[in-house]
Amino acid sequence: MHTSPVAAAHPEAHDNPALLHHFATAEQQKDAASFGMWLFLVTEVMFFGGMFCAYLVYRYWYFGDFGAASQSLDIRLGALNTVVLICSSLTVALAVRCAQIGKQKSIVIYLLLTIVLGLAFLGVKAVEYKSKFDENHIPGQAGFHLAGHIPSHPDIPVNQAHAQVYFSLYFAMTGMHALHMIIGVGLFAFLTYKAWQGRYTSDYYTPVENAGLYWHFVDIVWIYLFPLLYLIDRHK
Amino acid sequence: MSEHISSVKLYVGIWLALLAGTGLTVFAAYVDLGPFNTIVALSIATIKAVLVVLFFMHVKYAHERMTKLVIVTAIFFLFILLALSMADYGTRLWT
Repeated sequence: MHTSPVAAAHPEAHDNPALLHHFATAEQQKDAASFGMWLFLVTEVMFFGGMFCAYLVYRYWYFGDFGAASQSLDIRLGALNTVVLICSSLTVALAVRCAQIGKQKSIVIYLLLTIVLGLAFLGVKAVEYKSKFDENHIPGQAGFHLAGHIPSHPDIPVNQAHAQVYFSLYFAMTGMHALHMIIGVGLFAFLTYKAWQGRYTSDYYTPVENAGLYWHFVDIVWIYLFPLLYLIDRHK
Repeated sequence: MSEHISSVKLYVGIWLALLAGTGLTVFAAYVDLGPFNTIVALSIATIKAVLVVLFFMHVKYAHERMTKLVIVTAIFFLFILLALSMADYGTRLWT
């Protein structure tokens, strides 16, 4: 455990060993860490925002082709992954709650559950990617071909170049999202180890809370990706 | 520290609401609402996102008001990015 020099010199003022010397109170330290995490999440909003903006522009320009390409995705796997991710957000929220009330064993259990759900999400994603490769729906590949026509226009075949733009965005957005999931699973693996050592108490659980914020953000990105990539023009 | 601790009941309630929202958005995608399909899908997604931010991310109980300012700022700049880009790209095909 980390004990700051100031805390060592003034045990009466600093009874919390996690409190660093440049903070006046544990609450101030926690607020600073939480604020920093939110600032990081803002940069993440703008990072994903750029890709959402590209999606918006091309969805508007290649409206029908995007509808046709979207319908080649498996809606059941997409919905399953949405449910898996929502469940993992619940387990993270409960892990943070257990940290708040000092149930150290339960933190480990809920973090492990979160890791399992995160890996399940990535597994389903891998199955989806595999089927895209099998169907030759990989943008830039010489053999790329998306059969069919534009939704509600049986006379207009799919424009292959426009469909490739859809799949480029599909792989870029879900790929970056999956990378965030992999990083999140790594973070939780580290936190599980620390929690198992008993590092987190009701006085100090900032890393668990901040990793939770990150995970919820990744969940929110998927909440938007699911309807935008899987659900467009399904009624046609 | 006076940290707000939500009940398990609340978390499970939000979880159920998010699952219901997922079911609803899949159902709505197969109903022909004309131009409103996209609007309905994005509205449901936004309601889900707000539930996650307020309750799972504890923003509803944040005593630090800077957090709320940061979130509003993020949404505002995202809006500028999307709206001004579409004001350009969305009108290029107009003759």
